[in-house]
Amino acid sequence: METLSLLADGFAIALTPTTLMLAVAGCILGTIIGALPGLGPSNGVAILIPLAFSLGLDATASLVLMTSVYYGAMYGGRISSILLNIPGDEPALMTTLDGYPMAKAGRAADALVLSGVASFFGAFMATIGLILLAPLLSKIAFKFGPAEYFALYILAFSTLGGIASKNQAKAAIAACIGLGIAMIGLDNSSGLPRLTFGFLEIYDGVDFLVAIVGLFAVTEVFVFIESHGKNSAIGVKLGKISIPVKDILRCKWTMLRATVIGFIAGVLPGAGASLGSFMAYSAEKAVVKDNSQFGKGDPRGIAAPEAGNNAAAGGALIPMLTLGVPGSGTTAVLLALLMTLNITPGPTLFTDRPDVVWGLIASLLIANVVLLILNVPMVRFFVRILMVPPWVLLPGVTMVSFVGIYSLSGSTFDLLMMIGFGMMGFFLRKLDVPTVPIILGILLGSHMEDNLRRAMVISGGEWTYLFSSGIAIGLWIAAIVGFVAPMFLRGVIKRPQAITD
Amino acid sequence: MSDRLFGLTIIIVALGYIFGATLIQVPFLSDPVGSKSFPMIIGGVAILCALVVMIKPDEEPEWPDLATFGRLLLAVLVLAGYAFTIKPLAFIIPTALTAGLLSYQIRPRALPAAITGICLSIGLFFIFKYALGLGLFAFPRDWF
Repeated sequence: METLSLLADGFAIALTPTTLMLAVAGCILGTIIGALPGLGPSNGVAILIPLAFSLGLDATASLVLMTSVYYGAMYGGRISSILLNIPGDEPALMTTLDGYPMAKAGRAADALVLSGVASFFGAFMATIGLILLAPLLSKIAFKFGPAEYFALYILAFSTLGGIASKNQAKAAIAACIGLGIAMIGLDNSSGLPRLTFGFLEIYDGVDFLVAIVGLFAVTEVFVFIESHGKNSAIGVKLGKISIPVKDILRCKWTMLRATVIGFIAGVLPGAGASLGSFMAYSAEKAVVKDNSQFGKGDPRGIAAPEAGNNAAAGGALIPMLTLGVPGSGTTAVLLALLMTLNITPGPTLFTDRPDVVWGLIASLLIANVVLLILNVPMVRFFVRILMVPPWVLLPGVTMVSFVGIYSLSGSTFDLLMMIGFGMMGFFLRKLDVPTVPIILGILLGSHMEDNLRRAMVISGGEWTYLFSSGIAIGLWIAAIVGFVAPMFLRGVIKRPQAITD
Repeated sequence: MSDRLFGLTIIIVALGYIFGATLIQVPFLSDPVGSKSFPMIIGGVAILCALVVMIKPDEEPEWPDLATFGRLLLAVLVLAGYAFTIKPLAFIIPTALTAGLLSYQIRPRALPAAITGICLSIGLFFIFKYALGLGLFAFPRDWF
């Protein structure tokens, strides 16, 4: 009952005209960002953070705006998957498998409506899950000391490297790059500069927003220049929009199963929405009796990954809010937003700033309803936006990123550093080195070190203290299993490639 | 080959990083871990993983040809030029030039690229200045 009254307080905050307007604006912006190929939730949110910050919004307002963008982008990703066979973002990759064949068979509108409903179902249930689970987890998190937090950070890096990448060593290198960058600047406990190599500009450390926008947005520009914008596939026409009631009803169990799987995948630190949609799709294919139509336009093949990835998006907020450990690339970017706003996520967030947490949760529920309206009756509007050609879109995105960073610091050095991160991101992407661990490393680096040092202060330098509690040992074991197990499972579970025409 | 070079680069950078960490000033009476240990651990882990990558490299990635690399280098120079000119020359002119050049690099047709650059620059200026309230200047102040 306590939860309900807190939620009511949340709605009181979320239903103020400004907040409501921000939620709607965020949903529209997010759906556009998600729908445009090459602009996913993570880089979309990343380029908007500096702007939200310069707008001078308060914590709740900017968080509401950004999470609406985040949810919206998860919805929007499916539009280009279905119509163009290009995933609008990485989690929407699985939707291309059945969505595009269904669209080619002349049922584009049905596929869009069905996937919109599935997205709504997944996201809505996951938000309910968030309401129920997050306060519980934050109570457990109160028991966390420095040793447990250190183990938790290790767990986040190892699951991210283990499950979400093809090569553990490369993911670990990426994490080290990020952690290494995080060390630069003034040392938290001694106050002396470290590893600045004589550059005065980085005495304050490397701004994580510069790194995020560089690695996500600027890299994308280079990739587009390399491919010459050739990646534009031939789209299919969108017919009259009606609601395929029969298909939706037929998929109700599919959506429920996919939501549960996606939610669990989202809650696991480091796994995220891509894994959620992938697991939901594979599980659905294994569970149903007749799976011969999968890959050829089976409605269940659309409902499962869409419910899965949106449920994972909601689930991924849980570790981010309660523990301060993001479950995916985009939640890492949202964590960056919280840090910019001087809010420390973690168990204390629920007691210290209930207005932020519950206002956010209520806004998420509202955002979902708004998104359903935007994505079912008004989907035609977003389809038109897909017509924006890359040679207009990409320069636009670049300019927005530059102005965003410039408006934050006004420093040429930061802009140059951003270009540097963009170049680095390009080469790393070529070499198949994931960039999300770098972001996570930059964000969590100093927390990780602080907790290690605090743990050692408590124990007087005794290393075994790191493994001294049940929770810590459990986290370490989970970390090792999460890192090692995928090496053996690699032969069994194969990530499907996007189908080509 | 690429992975081997990548591994080697990481090792060199990590060694430099560890060397940098040894130079960190440590205050008298520091905590047991101190300012040096964690950066050195990170460097060590990176070297270890880089060795693994060098021993077991992945398939060779598809590198762009020399001409494409030239285009990418040009894009970097254009962006760097933007970083240097946005302050002295204010918003409109550098943005129009940069956006136009980038557009031309994605699709080499001069007129649409020029129009894209000019429209993006003016449109974004109005959005940033009046919708978002950023303190931007359209042109350098001493021009008019």
